Amino acid sequence: MNTAVIPIKNAGTGGCSDAPILRERGQREVFCGLTGIIWLHRKIQDAFFLVVGSRTCAHLIQSAAGVMIFAEPRFATAIIDERDLAGLADANTELDRVVTRLLERRPEIKLLFLVGSCPSEVIKLDLSRAASRLSATFSPSVRVLNYSGSGIETTFTQGEDACLASLVPVLPTAAAGAPADLLVVGALADVVEDQFARLFKQLGMDSVHFFPPRHANNMPAIGPNTRFLLAQPFLADTAKALESRGAQRIAAPFPLGIEGTNQWLWAAAALFNVARQNFDTVTEPARQRATAAVARQRTQLAGKRIFFFPDSQLEIPLARFLSRELGMVLVEVGTPYLHRQHMAEELALLPAGTQLSEGQNVENQLDRCRAAQPDIVVCGLGLANPLEAEGMTTKWAIELVFTPIQGYDQAADLAELFSRPLLRRLKLAA
Amino acid sequence: MQLTLWTYEGPPHVGAMRVATAMEDVHYVLHAPQGDTYADLLFTMIERLPKRPPVTYTTFQARDLGGDTAELFKTAARDAFERFKPKAMLVGASCTAELIQDDPGGLAKALDLPIPVVALELPSYQRKENWGASETFYQLVRSLAQPKTERAQNARKSCNILGATALGFRHRDDVREITGLLGQLGIDINVVAPLGATPADMARLSDADFNVVLYPEIASVAAQWLTRTFGQPATKTVPIGSGATRDFIAEVAQLAGVDPSAVLADASARAPWYAKSVDSTYLTNKRVFVFGDATHAVAAARIASRELGFTVVGLGTYSREQAREVREAAKLYGVEPLITDDYLEVEARVAELQPELVLGSQMERHIAKRLGIPCAVISAPVHVQDFPARYSPQMGFEGANVMFDTWVHPLMMGLEEHLIGMFRGDTEFHEDAAPSHLGGHANRPIKSNAVQMPLPVEVAASNVTLVDTDKHNEESPLVASPTTWSPDAEKELKKIPFFVRGKARRNTERYAQIHSVQVVTIETLYDAKAHFSR
Repeated sequence: MNTAVIPIKNAGTGGCSDAPILRERGQREVFCGLTGIIWLHRKIQDAFFLVVGSRTCAHLIQSAAGVMIFAEPRFATAIIDERDLAGLADANTELDRVVTRLLERRPEIKLLFLVGSCPSEVIKLDLSRAASRLSATFSPSVRVLNYSGSGIETTFTQGEDACLASLVPVLPTAAAGAPADLLVVGALADVVEDQFARLFKQLGMDSVHFFPPRHANNMPAIGPNTRFLLAQPFLADTAKALESRGAQRIAAPFPLGIEGTNQWLWAAAALFNVARQNFDTVTEPARQRATAAVARQRTQLAGKRIFFFPDSQLEIPLARFLSRELGMVLVEVGTPYLHRQHMAEELALLPAGTQLSEGQNVENQLDRCRAAQPDIVVCGLGLANPLEAEGMTTKWAIELVFTPIQGYDQAADLAELFSRPLLRRLKLAA
Repeated sequence: MQLTLWTYEGPPHVGAMRVATAMEDVHYVLHAPQGDTYADLLFTMIERLPKRPPVTYTTFQARDLGGDTAELFKTAARDAFERFKPKAMLVGASCTAELIQDDPGGLAKALDLPIPVVALELPSYQRKENWGASETFYQLVRSLAQPKTERAQNARKSCNILGATALGFRHRDDVREITGLLGQLGIDINVVAPLGATPADMARLSDADFNVVLYPEIASVAAQWLTRTFGQPATKTVPIGSGATRDFIAEVAQLAGVDPSAVLADASARAPWYAKSVDSTYLTNKRVFVFGDATHAVAAARIASRELGFTVVGLGTYSREQAREVREAAKLYGVEPLITDDYLEVEARVAELQPELVLGSQMERHIAKRLGIPCAVISAPVHVQDFPARYSPQMGFEGANVMFDTWVHPLMMGLEEHLIGMFRGDTEFHEDAAPSHLGGHANRPIKSNAVQMPLPVEVAASNVTLVDTDKHNEESPLVASPTTWSPDAEKELKKIPFFVRGKARRNTERYAQIHSVQVVTIETLYDAKAHFSR
């Protein structure tokens, strides 16, 4: 195996690698980690997410996508009430009762996550003990795990990180001396996953697995020969957990846009001894399609000034794509949390002098945004309509999490998510 | 601990937000962790308000818990006051902050702000959204209302309109409709609150002669306090439906000492005439299931039964605080009231009753869709569709017109129903097709054997998991029937429209049991039909 490849020459040195960051505290207009359940329960098709929390938690998940989604839910909330607060022993019995009722009704469930919330954390309800107790009861048909999606600990996409990190310890161990394999980490839309799987296959990389898997009984094995590639930028704890089991992270930018996808794929391919020429040949058709499609979007977006409110941690890779491939001007790039190490390749590619901010004081940030009068604002659902009413053009950030945007063939779709609001404003003004 | 898939109501602080957002110059400082800001999108996305709710969240994190969350609250409250310059402030805690017991009321008091500060105690682990709205409104009224000012003699009578909030089911349109109605009666509006009221408006609530309580869930506690404190009487009738609107007119006319006859004679209600027109004959005794907040559910049952000639087969509410009203109404229709906030229980009841129309909230719309039953939405919880662009009140005569249209639209039109009854087996025009004006196949019901007998709650509840998506809609577990059916009788039963087939089967089996018939034949089926016919 070729281990000497450093995909980007100046990673950690150029662009915004050492840029100062505005760190703020105050009101955060972001979701908590429970929101991740909305896509995770669809991704792992035989998993169920039981939030142990309050009526607020139940209301949040039901409302988070903007309106109620009435598809079959594989999530529910065990709402803590006054009687539970009176004594913790009681709360555990209650939890057992609720889980038993749930599993009786849903025999197809193979994996149950007990998801901690702000109230369950504050009253120190020990969900890891509850999970192992319940796992023992329902084993082998159901495995019970736990993680926290609480707002006091997690921001929006960190819920997925916490969920995946809780799965890592139960992943099977690869046989000693197993050949090197690649693990792609982070929930991707099925269509994107299939595209990547095809590309890896064409590159001759046969041992590629995706995590999380679509089914609970399809967990990938890991070991010291596992190399993993983060498909999402918000997986700090998951990466740490994988590394603690011996797997090694492949440093790369994230697969957003043509450049990001190219470097991301190549970082893995090079490590698995794929020849550059072979790589170029295999990826050429998709790259060409994408280049033509992105060029059309560039005419709409080049020179437009964009402002990011923090939301999903996708902001920095998105900003890199929009600035380098679409020619957009970055006014401010806000992110809820900046992971220097995972973001190193991305930061190096950002134009020098980009205003980065971490955390949030939403009122101050709104002041900056209004003063800057950007052409388009990327923000959460609570801010979008009010800013539109003030005359700004906005893009809901949550759509960037719920839409297939990774990979060559989605690069133009991703750009289109930004050009559409601008186009719409033009059409409605005409 | 309660297992909850969907909730009818949010937590009580969301009720407080509905009041704060409805008002002007009021700011709510909420001690809450990151993530509770989701509630903003209820207002900006579902109601499409063009401004952020006037709420500041302290956004404490785990690392603050060992430190000084109280100081965080004080900073947030001070900053909010300076930035937004409200005329009154609400302070309180969400569910998590309630557990850390920082006492927002006391902390805000220590800030010594030069405006009224109303501390809210909303027990999140006991109470829900409507209670929170009611309590918030009551506390605001108590804190802000001033004694009556001197008024000129012989002035026209005036009233306050109480209860409309942000995120309310058609509240804005209801207020407009009722304002117009009161204007026609020659009654002035003193204050509308909370919707559109400033703290200064709240101060002069006592100037009115009486109060109109539009939404008892939210305003009756405050109205009772105003009665006790200022001697203002309050209306009891909620003007939803033609009959209730007429009763309401009579009630306010009496309170104001005006003559209602001109307004009653001039009532521009088409709904009563449409209901009388022969085309509506097909509505007679349609079996309806009604569920919603207590006020809307009780009103809908009255309209269904008395103004449209339906038969109310089920009536219920998720608001336990108003359960008594619903129980009393249920007695009028001889049905068992369903008081629950468990969505699965409601679903089981609908499946068991197999009504021809469901009048409910968005939750019941979903239930009805899956069971293939027509549905109209009459109550919160709200959905983006409940904020139509057009004027669409529920109250007053126009409200009655809106409801006539909304409820009748999902049903099969008269002659179409007859034709389907007469000719069966047509490939396009058959009993399982949706009404042709709704596109024929849009609303394919589950197979008729899904519910042949009243299902025990647990069985029906488990069906939720099986029939939740369209592709699963085809089959549900068949509950074993104690009576044997001959193949001919079974075939004949299929000729009965699906929505009464369950009832026909039940009646036939009951008849068979009474008469000790072992095997149901075609003859038994018709014997039973004659036996039970009205």
